[in-house]
Amino acid sequence: MASSLMDGIARLGRRGLDIIASLGRAGVFLWGALVGAPRPSVGGPLLIQQIYRIGVLSLAIVIVSGLFIGMVLALQGYTILSDFGSESAIGQMIALTLLRELGPVVTALLFAGRAGSALTAEIGLMKATEQLSSMEMMGVDPLRRVMAPRLWAGFISMPVLALIFSVVGVWGGMLVGVEWLGVFEGSYWGNMQASVTFADDVLNGLVKSLVFGVACTWIAVYQGYDCVPTSAGISAATTRTVVFSSLMVLGLDFVLTAVMFGSF
Amino acid sequence: MVQRTTEIIVGLFILAGGAALLFLALQVSGLTFRSAGDTYTVYAYFNDAGGLAPRSRVSMAGVEVGQIREVALDHETFQARVVMDIAAAIDSIPADSSAIIRTSGLLGEQYIDISPGADMESLADGDTFYETQSALNIERMISNFASGQGGD
Repeated sequence: MASSLMDGIARLGRRGLDIIASLGRAGVFLWGALVGAPRPSVGGPLLIQQIYRIGVLSLAIVIVSGLFIGMVLALQGYTILSDFGSESAIGQMIALTLLRELGPVVTALLFAGRAGSALTAEIGLMKATEQLSSMEMMGVDPLRRVMAPRLWAGFISMPVLALIFSVVGVWGGMLVGVEWLGVFEGSYWGNMQASVTFADDVLNGLVKSLVFGVACTWIAVYQGYDCVPTSAGISAATTRTVVFSSLMVLGLDFVLTAVMFGSF
Repeated sequence: MVQRTTEIIVGLFILAGGAALLFLALQVSGLTFRSAGDTYTVYAYFNDAGGLAPRSRVSMAGVEVGQIREVALDHETFQARVVMDIAAAIDSIPADSSAIIRTSGLLGEQYIDISPGADMESLADGDTFYETQSALNIERMISNFASGQGGD
C-alpha cells in the first residue's frame, strides 16, 4: 500500500523532471540554432527555400480562411447591429476583431496545422533515417544547417501571413457588408478609420502574430528534433506539435490580450 | 533557374506582407503622418464627463479640430478635468467659447463640441473653458422628469 503510494509519487516526480528537462533541452536547442550569424552565402538560399515552403505555400489556406471569416463576421455583425440601427459600425467591428484577435490567432492555428506539422514530420523523418547524425559525422552542424533556416522562416512568415489574413478579412467583410447587405461604403471605411488606431491595434496585432510565430515554429521544429526516431514516434511528435501549438497560441493570446488591452 | 523562381516568389510574398501592413495602416486605421507638437493644450471642467475617453474627438461645427488627451478627476472641486489637444492651425477660438459634451447618434461615442463665443481674445495654450455643459444623462433626465423637478 505504502510502496504503491510511493511509486505514484515517484512517477509524478519523474514526469515533472522529464517536463523540465524537455523545456531545458528546447531552450538549449533554440539557443544553439539561432545564436551565431550564419554565413549569408549558405544561409540565404536555405532560408528562402524554407520561407517558400512554410510561408508561400500556406498562403492559399490563409487567404481562403480570411475571406470566409471576414464574410461571416459581416453577416453576424449585421444581424446584431441592425437591431440597434447601427449597422454602419460593421466596419469597425470587423476590423477590430480581425486585427486584435482573429487575424493572429486563426492564422497561428492554421499555421500550426499546415506548416508546423509538416516541419515536425520532416525533421522527425530526417532523424529516423539518420540524416541528422550523418550530417554531424560530416562536420555539418544540423542545428545551423537544418533547424536555423526553418526557425527563421517561421518567424518571418507568420506575421506576413497574419497581415495578409487581416487584409483579406477586411475585404471579405466589405464584400458582404457593402456589396450584399447594402451598408454605405463611406461609413464602412469611415467608422473603421475612426476607431482603429495604428499603434494600439495594428502594431499590437503584429506583435501577437510575431509571438505566435515564434511559439509555433519553435514547438514544431523542436518536436521533430526531439522525437523518438520511429514511425510511431514521428506520428506522436506531429500530434504533439499541433496540440501544443494550439494550446500555446490560445494561452499566450489571453496573456498578451490582458497585457495589451486589459485596463489594469 | 528553380532557385531564382523561388527567390522571386518569396520576394513577392514579403512584398505582399509589406503591402498588407501599409493597407492596414492607411486604409483601415486611417494613419496620417502628423508631426508631433503642432497642437496646443486647453482644459475644461465638467460636472459629469459621461463616457468621454482619451482620443475622443473635439470638434467645432462638426469639423474635427483636436482630440482628448486625458480625463481625470480634480481632487478639489470633484469635477472631471478634461485635457484636450487642439490643432495649432485652429488658433482663433474665442476665449468665451463653451465646451459641450455631445453624443454622436443614439448609441455613438461621446465627443466635445466647441460652441464659439464672441470674445475678441482667443484661447491660448494652457487656457481653460469657462463655460461647459456636461454630458446628457438620459437616465437622470427621466428620473427628474418623473419626480417633477424639471430638467437640470
